[in-house]
Amino acid sequence: MAHESTFTPGNRLSKWFDDRLPIERMMHDQFGVFPMPRNLNYLWTFGGILTFFLVVQLLTGIVLAMHFVPHETMAFDSVEHIMRDVNWGWLMRYMHANGASMFFLAAYIHIARGMYYGSYKAPREILWILGVLIFVVMMATAFMGYSLVWGQMSFWAVTVITNLFSSLDSIIDGLGTTIVQWIWGGFSVGNPTLNRLYSLHYLLPFVICGLVVLHIWALHIPGSNNPTGIDIKTKSDSIPFTPYYTVKDGFAMCVFVMLFAAFVFYAPNYLGHPDNYVEANPLATPPHIVPEWYFLPYYAILRAIPDKLFGVIAFAGSISLLLFLPWLDTSKVRSTRYRPIYKWFFALFMIDVVVLGYLGAKPPEGWYLIIGRLATAYYFAHLLLVLPLLGWIEKPSAMPGSITDDVLGKKPAGAK
Amino acid sequence: MAKKPTEPNRRDFMTIAAASFAAVGGAASIWPFIDQMNPDASALSLATIEVDLAPIEEGQSITVSWRGKPVFIRHRTGKEIEEAKGVKMEDLPDPDARNENLKDDTPATDINRVKDKNEKWLVLVGICTHLGCIPKGQRIGDAKGEYGGWFCPCHGSHYDTAGRIRKGPAPRNLDVPTFEFVSDTKIKIG
Repeated sequence: MAHESTFTPGNRLSKWFDDRLPIERMMHDQFGVFPMPRNLNYLWTFGGILTFFLVVQLLTGIVLAMHFVPHETMAFDSVEHIMRDVNWGWLMRYMHANGASMFFLAAYIHIARGMYYGSYKAPREILWILGVLIFVVMMATAFMGYSLVWGQMSFWAVTVITNLFSSLDSIIDGLGTTIVQWIWGGFSVGNPTLNRLYSLHYLLPFVICGLVVLHIWALHIPGSNNPTGIDIKTKSDSIPFTPYYTVKDGFAMCVFVMLFAAFVFYAPNYLGHPDNYVEANPLATPPHIVPEWYFLPYYAILRAIPDKLFGVIAFAGSISLLLFLPWLDTSKVRSTRYRPIYKWFFALFMIDVVVLGYLGAKPPEGWYLIIGRLATAYYFAHLLLVLPLLGWIEKPSAMPGSITDDVLGKKPAGAK
Repeated sequence: MAKKPTEPNRRDFMTIAAASFAAVGGAASIWPFIDQMNPDASALSLATIEVDLAPIEEGQSITVSWRGKPVFIRHRTGKEIEEAKGVKMEDLPDPDARNENLKDDTPATDINRVKDKNEKWLVLVGICTHLGCIPKGQRIGDAKGEYGGWFCPCHGSHYDTAGRIRKGPAPRNLDVPTFEFVSDTKIKIG
């Protein structure tokens, strides 16, 4: 929201600085007095939690880079060197590995919240698209980071995922192979591949930082959505960001960090795969290749389709369709609270994604394959059929007149 | 715009010429940044290897590394050759020989999968044509799949005793690399 700035410099130095670089003014306007809906629940604390984990990943990552050696004969050993010899190396690495998982967990909750409360709808489309882009870059970063360990799972994950591009051979002969060898820098995954993945793994988090700045900028134009999906109308609908949400975000962050600590200190390898403690061997594939948990739903979609090229298209489509969510959903009502039918489809979609995640870890045969195909079908049907059609069919339930009315429990106009 | 269109003057020419020059130069300078990622001279120099076949007994297989890729060399038994020859062409999901020593579109008969009609020796790039895993079947005791050749554990592709795809998601037969017999018991791959 474009407001008149209410910042008044407290002393002459502050005033001198404000005339030259009004950064204190920006902090005051955007994170101090910024008007927030008064009814946000704890699902709105995940933006702050995500920012926290971005910082955790950057700090631990920069430290790990001081000890890691990006070479095919030394990478795996240098990781063990970090674990055994480097002071606090075990802590840095476990924080980094589990931090990635926490980052994704928080991102999935953040995305699901946006979907439930219609935070992607006008005027927040650009905000949503930036969020999807952050998610895609996050996935690329996580995948590259996982490969650096140079264990068996790392190596074969890189082999399988880079080979996805070879499916382009069926469109133009040789195109896919050319791209894959360009990515590898050789005729198979090897040292040049490891080196470039390392370079990009260090670069992409800073791209994420840039996108996050744009994401917050785009958020601060319309301001935050809220559980009713109704815009702020009067002064009584809003409260300033500080102290109310600084404290609420801070509290939620502490609780979430406890979960993080539980993994780091008590189950640091629970989310990983034991095969990645075996050094990469280009001449032997492990019997089951499984991605990290946060990629499982997409992996299930990839494998559900029997054709190589269409499997890859479905895999890419499952994520890129989210970019179009603001236009696929034709309903004018933001919050699913007031959408009696969509409520059930939303629940089904959430279950569907969890089922896909479960199947991603199972071999693609028998019933697993059949359920995987049904779940994949629903994933696309939800985005391409349910969302566009339901907007026309569904009759929304009565909504409160304002955020304040909702908070004070006033009955919606026309409700019995 | 009420202005009448006028002939381009010297300033327009300068602007257009400068912009085009910068655009072409900018575009051309992208290429080195892209091409630096392609396989480098040291990777290309590993392009050929020689393998001595003499110690490989009938029924045995060895795996050698060529360009960082595993190459399967199998000294096939008479039974394996007969099995591969007995397959009808219409039973093959991929009818192409995929033999780099022969022209494209050569049918995938057993004789077209070997070099110089030397049916004893089957030489294959040991990489599943689905997503690049290494199929099992090289070692004694490995699962060889339903067709006695190779079996890829990643997504369940079965290859026969001529390395042809028979069942599973892999789209193509295992590739036969470019190679030649230097002598009766020695081959040069690449």
